[in-house]
Amino acid sequence: MNRMIIKNGFVVKDDAVIKGNIYIKDGMVLREAEDFDADEVIDAEGLYVFDGFVDMHVHLREPGFEYKEDILSGTKAAVKGGFTSVCCMPNTNPVCDNPSVITYIKEKAMAADNCRVYPIGAITKGQKGAEITEMFKLKRAGAVALSDDGLPVLNGNIMRLAMEYAKTADILLICHEEDKEIAADGVVNEGYNATIAGLRGISRVAEEAMIARDILLSSALDARVHIAHISTKGSVELIRQAKRLGVKVTCETCPHYFSANDSLILSFDTNTKVNPPLRTEADRLAIIDGIKDGTIDVVATDHAPHHTNDKFVEYNYAANGISGLETAFALANTYLVKSRAIDYPRLNRLMSVNPKKILGISGGEKERYADFTIVDTEKKYRIDAKKFVSKGKNTPFNGLEVQGSVEYTVVGGKIKYKNDNK
Amino acid sequence: MKDLLGLRETDAERIQSILATTAEMKKILNQNVKKTNHLSNKSVATLFYENSTRTRTSFEIAARFMGAVLSSISVAQSSVQKGETLIDTGKTLDALCTDVVIMRHNVSGAPHFLAKNIKASVINGGDGMNEHPTQALLDIFTIKEEKKELKGLKVAIIGDVKHSRVARSNIWGMTKLGANVTVCAPHTLLPQYIEMTKARVTTNADKAVDGADVVVALRLQSERMKAGLIPSLSEYNELYGINEKRLLRAEKNVMIMHPGPMNRGVEINGDVADAHNSFIERQVTNGVAVRMAVLFLLTRSERGD
Repeated sequence: MNRMIIKNGFVVKDDAVIKGNIYIKDGMVLREAEDFDADEVIDAEGLYVFDGFVDMHVHLREPGFEYKEDILSGTKAAVKGGFTSVCCMPNTNPVCDNPSVITYIKEKAMAADNCRVYPIGAITKGQKGAEITEMFKLKRAGAVALSDDGLPVLNGNIMRLAMEYAKTADILLICHEEDKEIAADGVVNEGYNATIAGLRGISRVAEEAMIARDILLSSALDARVHIAHISTKGSVELIRQAKRLGVKVTCETCPHYFSANDSLILSFDTNTKVNPPLRTEADRLAIIDGIKDGTIDVVATDHAPHHTNDKFVEYNYAANGISGLETAFALANTYLVKSRAIDYPRLNRLMSVNPKKILGISGGEKERYADFTIVDTEKKYRIDAKKFVSKGKNTPFNGLEVQGSVEYTVVGGKIKYKNDNK
Repeated sequence: MKDLLGLRETDAERIQSILATTAEMKKILNQNVKKTNHLSNKSVATLFYENSTRTRTSFEIAARFMGAVLSSISVAQSSVQKGETLIDTGKTLDALCTDVVIMRHNVSGAPHFLAKNIKASVINGGDGMNEHPTQALLDIFTIKEEKKELKGLKVAIIGDVKHSRVARSNIWGMTKLGANVTVCAPHTLLPQYIEMTKARVTTNADKAVDGADVVVALRLQSERMKAGLIPSLSEYNELYGINEKRLLRAEKNVMIMHPGPMNRGVEINGDVADAHNSFIERQVTNGVAVRMAVLFLLTRSERGD
């Protein structure tokens, strides 16, 4: 069958980087080095070999918004970005709040045959925040977690019931934290830059107040909760305290929250518009601190591709979101590792080990999927949105010089992406 | 200079040159025959996505005095209602050989977005809460006419600073020319971190007026009360309205200004608005001169200078 050797790479382990070979047979990793004839050899000399990156927060837009992205183009972008697994959010049309949409996504992903796709179901029917979904049925159909992402579950009682029922179904809740009343009609972070651009601000309290609520609910109900895309210093501090108190809370941030701040909005470039918004430099540094001390468990992209029609309009009218799959590793390498905030084993935990653990998709110790992301950590280049394979070219990082490129993406022992721009 | 989008990105030297040109234009306004040929064979379009009477009329009169071919596009009559995008509208104006587009829009940054994507010059006639540069220029010109120089003058801007593009443009323009600007409002009407500009901030109107050479009252839209930003117009008038008693704290020759339209009895009391030291009507006249100057400078200059 299929035998592969990844040769002479710097293999990134939990606590160290060790030069060596990886032997793969039939899509699984062999624990012991065997003497076998490989069908395929990847020469990883000088390259770093990570466990395949897992992005637990993407929007693949299908079904319903195929003009922005579809499962084929989104998973192509995923493997180009080094992701061997992605979890797609349910804010599609129809909303992924029933088993048939889950099945549809899984079949499309199978046909695309790029990376593993784990659908996320909705917490409430139609993401309307009023009635909880059939969580058991969703889980049985293949939902890896539940989220109303894009929207908060505003009603505290509904969130309480969702946590209790999800605990019964033993399925993870991923919470988009935003008090819509406090956020009001803001479009950017409330602060000096919003003030001098005359753009309406979103108070950080809109995010933090909801995180505080869900931490308290999680604590009171002894229920597990994962907080999506945190962006403020206060959010980091709230989760740091909660973890200290033993609350079952985990969280993620996105590359744009540790790579950029809200000074970018002064250009009125709508590619800087994202929710939660780009925050201040103090927030950016606090996010990096949270990554350093382990408060932040995961780096996820919140890949939110949009058609140019949805972005090439006045700032207030533009859609929120950044196309993030194809820039995530380079930004993490540049702004976290090369800036000496963390090392590669830690990055491996943030982008692979921890999301797998949180989602419960690690697999057993004996049976390990041969999913690997092989990168050149030194290569310098400018981000060019025109070259994205995602349909969404919406990035505030176009033209930015970064360091680190994905060279190979191996999913189940097969090369799904190879960088030909040597 | 291709466009005039705001005073934040305009340096003091350019502001002074606009003011000097304004003085020339004002002479024309004072003539019996108010006519120049500076804009003959030029096409000027006003593109207003928000209602406006005085700004639009002022620009149109300025363009007509200078002999421009003028067209007025208001949203209600245009293809915008049919779903045309801003940039498509702009490109259509380009194709109609428009030299200058004067634009008002409810979204901050919309003129910047348009200017980046069309060939015609763009003048910002007010964008969201961001800037209203010609209003600030006419305010500054009016002060200069009376006080000769802005340097060292104490200017108090009182009212709804948070939602005011006039306040922002005035902060940039006046501080660049050396005035000491104080903005004053309750915290619900103050934008966060406004103190990081060169403006001083107070919530006490008496303190703001103390020793002021110029007091600018900002219009308070009644929607602010409905949105809960202030409890009542009468409490607002008591705390922040410009009245004779409060003005006793100001310099003797204090200038009273207002960008209009006024809410008498809310942000400004009638006796003050009509007093000898009120420059509110002069502001309107100077507005025409300023807009003539800007139109002249934008159409005269070589592209890319």
